[in-house]
Amino acid sequence: MPPAAPRSGDAIFASVERVNAELFTLTYGAIVRQLLTDLEEVEEVNKQLDQMGYNIGIRLIDEFLAKSNVSRCVDFKETAEMIAKVGFKMFLGVTASVMNWDADGTCCSIVLEDNPLVDFVELPDTCQGLYYCNILSGVIRGALEMVAMKTEVTWIRDMLRGDDAYELQVKLLKQVPEEYPYKDDE
Amino acid sequence: MDTNDSLRVASLWHSMHAISQQLSPTTGCSEIELLEADTFDLHIFQSLTGTKLFVVCKPGTQHMEALLKVVYELYTDYVLNNPFYETKIPIRCELFDINLTQAIQKDRVALLGR
Repeated sequence: MPPAAPRSGDAIFASVERVNAELFTLTYGAIVRQLLTDLEEVEEVNKQLDQMGYNIGIRLIDEFLAKSNVSRCVDFKETAEMIAKVGFKMFLGVTASVMNWDADGTCCSIVLEDNPLVDFVELPDTCQGLYYCNILSGVIRGALEMVAMKTEVTWIRDMLRGDDAYELQVKLLKQVPEEYPYKDDE
Repeated sequence: MDTNDSLRVASLWHSMHAISQQLSPTTGCSEIELLEADTFDLHIFQSLTGTKLFVVCKPGTQHMEALLKVVYELYTDYVLNNPFYETKIPIRCELFDINLTQAIQKDRVALLGR
């Protein structure tokens, strides 16, 4: 039987169950507010959001692979396109674009014009160091780690801080394929 | 087979799978997909994350790859999306079991109809 063709982000987004966007935004906002109350330090909240995102990403990747039917990406450029065009569309309903590739194709920016996490949000002066959407950087990092890529994901532009778009820099640090004999857990 | 036996057999398989990649005389071999024995066939599906799904069936059963893909989707929906499921422990998710049984029943019915 020939393998099924990969599905587009739009097709998958149309076929999954969806939730009210305001509920989603409010829920995320409640999480961030609670973290700020519990942890007080903005840096700690950033770290915690990233960790939460990581925990989501390591599981989300299998759902992404199952629903989108993609085959192994040929190179990191294809991976970045997959995240921007299929991943973001499938899970957040928005399309992102990939730009600013470096010379060896290991570092790029993913730019979001639209971001459902931040509807109605304005950062107060007391939270100026906060990366409100830091959960997204954790999700990408976690997901890519499960497909053998160690990456570093950082925010370059953030509209809540006055920039004109949301720009995430994704840098491939190394490929870590599992090989036999496996190292024992030390 | 009880849980411990399943775990032992699965980890044996994990090693065999890895060895087979190194033994293969052709390049680009990524995995064992099918094991054919006298009394059963063993189909394997491996996701890009390394998660492996097996199905043991009667020799010559068709369309097992499609079934494995369906099971993979069920796994991502009912197991991974369950916040109380911890990875690396045996799966004890009722919704997964129910939907899995339904998927297999559906497949068997469809198979009889072909």
